[in-house]
Amino acid sequence: MSIPALDAQGVRGPAPAAAPRATTPRRSRPAHAPGRVKVWQRWVSPLAALAVWQIASTTGLLPQSLLASPSTIAVTAAGLISDGTLPAAIAVSLQRVAAGFLLGGITGILLALAAGLSRAGENAVDPLMQMLRALPFFGLIPLFILWFGIGETPKVALVALAVSFPLYLNTFAGIRGVDGKLAELARTLKLGRAALVRHIVLPGALPQTLVGLRQSLGVAWLALIVAEQVNADAGLGFMINDAREFLRTDVIVVGLLVYSALGLLTDALVRLMERRALTWRRGFLGE
Amino acid sequence: MATRISRRVATVRGLTRGFGERTVLAGLDLDIAHGEFTALLGRSGSGKSTLLRALAGLDGAAEGELEVTGSVAVAFQEPRLVPWKRVDANIALGLDVPDPGERTRRALAEVGLTERAGAWPLTLSGGEAQRASLARALAREPELLLLDEPFSALDALTRITVHQLVLRLWAVHRPAVLLVTHDVDEALALADRVLVLHEGRIAHEELIGVARPRHRDHPDLTSLRTRLLTALGVSTDAGLTPDRAATPEEQR
Repeated sequence: MSIPALDAQGVRGPAPAAAPRATTPRRSRPAHAPGRVKVWQRWVSPLAALAVWQIASTTGLLPQSLLASPSTIAVTAAGLISDGTLPAAIAVSLQRVAAGFLLGGITGILLALAAGLSRAGENAVDPLMQMLRALPFFGLIPLFILWFGIGETPKVALVALAVSFPLYLNTFAGIRGVDGKLAELARTLKLGRAALVRHIVLPGALPQTLVGLRQSLGVAWLALIVAEQVNADAGLGFMINDAREFLRTDVIVVGLLVYSALGLLTDALVRLMERRALTWRRGFLGE
Repeated sequence: MATRISRRVATVRGLTRGFGERTVLAGLDLDIAHGEFTALLGRSGSGKSTLLRALAGLDGAAEGELEVTGSVAVAFQEPRLVPWKRVDANIALGLDVPDPGERTRRALAEVGLTERAGAWPLTLSGGEAQRASLARALAREPELLLLDEPFSALDALTRITVHQLVLRLWAVHRPAVLLVTHDVDEALALADRVLVLHEGRIAHEELIGVARPRHRDHPDLTSLRTRLLTALGVSTDAGLTPDRAATPEEQR
């Protein structure tokens, strides 16, 4: 969402400003240019930083034991991919995130429905959720290890817990934010309760639920990273931890890059879903 | 009078409704006959919409006798289209008939929106949205059609078009209509009977015998307008044109 908004500003912003100047042809040209210049200008500093990093590594200013050079990291990444280590680690981590996300997401949404659709439900669910939300969930890791051991369960459980709150809070707020006038309309149309929920409440809450979905995916990866740091015998976190033992900073960096790439990928997926599910809104924004 | 009573679609006796300290409806009596076009006038806050909501079954807290026989449909001030349903789905929503698709197409054709059937409500103009709202109400073939100032947000030209549309639809389907409005000219252009709501009761009633289509300057309507404005507590000899005086809200 934020990127299209930025694009729209970048495209539309200069246009009205340029319009009054269009009478002087000399000035109308530079008004267009900044947009193009900006694109490569934004690459200057990252590329420069990368170059400085590479030079510092090559000259020995930055020892390999602290941070590997970009070229080493690239070679290591290629090696980890070709020998199957990285794909296998990604598969394990993705499975943990997927399982935790599904479990926590479904729980969060079901609880939000229970709390959102009735006062009794709200009274039963919401105080508990608000209290649990105040717990620092990374602090729960010791308990989770005691309860679930050190296998897959505590990792999945931590992801599930982290995911459930953003989805609960946003879906609950979305349900309560549905226009009361539409609920009234539903009464005059003689819609039953099930039809009211299906046609009015759930679609009305969807935009807010999707906001929660994006938040929860971000937090899911975060929870996974923390869970995998604690103890793991497979997955990206294990790969990173194992590399630490042998001072393989190149492998650590590859692991971190993969984490962020996966995070960006899942975020893009939700954005795609948003665009498809909320076309009725885009019709309005497009006019 | 006897035939009218035997064919009533709504009967209200002693309807009372208060909000906190304030009494909005104070023992109101009202009969609406089958197929009759009634306009209900009143200043803002006089309880017009409260009465309409009670008739629509949206107000559980009103006291008194209220009997509505037959089906009711409502068109609200704002069109209240469900934004995430396309126009045709909005009209078909909750439509409990054997062939809702056919009924929807017919209703859309009647209000001239066939081409907008697949549009998202947020892309409609104000007039189109209000026509879609009328189509949704009419698709239910109600015996009582409640209109809660549905034309007040439309521009003057669109309003005239929609007025003609409502009269045409009413002539074809013959539901009883209760139109809540604060616009005296609108009431005079459309209704068989004009009621003035004042201090929680029907304080004034006028029957309009002028044939439709009505010309605004018909002598009978001119004198009716003066009587209605007086009943609404608006002085017509203070240099105000009736147009200006017709909307008490504007003077605030």
